[in-house]
Amino acid sequence: MKHGPDLNRPRRQLLGAAGGLWLALTTRPAAAVSAPETLQAMVRAWAGGRPVTPGRVLLDVPPLVENGNAVPISVRVDSPLTAAEFVQEIVVFNEKNPQRDVVRVRFGPASGRAQVDTRIRLATSQQLVALARLSDGSQWSAHVDVIVTLAACIEP
Amino acid sequence: MADQTPPQPRVRTLIHGTDTLKRGVPGELRITLGHPMENGMRHDGYGNVVPRSIATRFECKLDGVLVLAADLYPAVAANPYIALWVRADGPGTLSFEWWGDWGFHHRETRAIQPT
Repeated sequence: MKHGPDLNRPRRQLLGAAGGLWLALTTRPAAAVSAPETLQAMVRAWAGGRPVTPGRVLLDVPPLVENGNAVPISVRVDSPLTAAEFVQEIVVFNEKNPQRDVVRVRFGPASGRAQVDTRIRLATSQQLVALARLSDGSQWSAHVDVIVTLAACIEP
Repeated sequence: MADQTPPQPRVRTLIHGTDTLKRGVPGELRITLGHPMENGMRHDGYGNVVPRSIATRFECKLDGVLVLAADLYPAVAANPYIALWVRADGPGTLSFEWWGDWGFHHRETRAIQPT
């Protein structure tokens, strides 16, 4: 068994392989860029190997949160919600909670608009990501940075 | 006392928006469940972990047809509030149902008369 580089292989082929690797690394889904590693891992697991594109999801969170015990968030997906094109799933992940899931939402045929509002807990300033999977299989994301001045999850 | 089943929270609900729906037009419903959403990470005064007791599942249906279903996690704030949009084409019955830890279950219904 050989462990070193195969000297018989043509140099050009090796260079080509290196170029291909570089291309594969630089054309990753753009959603993963600038997100912390913990969030990237969650997004990758949720995406199941298919691309996630930034856009079409609107994640509305106040940029400065005074009380982390109840932070209003609103997620809306730009979709007509017809039988031909509808939103299969919306998920929200946080960055620093020991459990990254915040909420997972599915829409049914009686829903009129792909929007959901809720209130969440945030222990500290961090990044949130909302992801949406549409019926055509496309996946979309929105990242938001939140600053929290009074944290949740601190012992009273 | 983690080996004992914690008492079920006595819940109340607030459901707004059911009486202002318009026929065939998406309308917003604002739903609150009065529930502590104990996240299972806190300690009581004796250092024991307070057992987790949260609502984990919410479903809203219009005459049995799903409007919205949500899986809730400990990161959802106490008294979980959900605002959703429903389109009703005529009179019907909305049902709101929650499930949670330790067999928690709560169900509310509202008859609607969209104008």
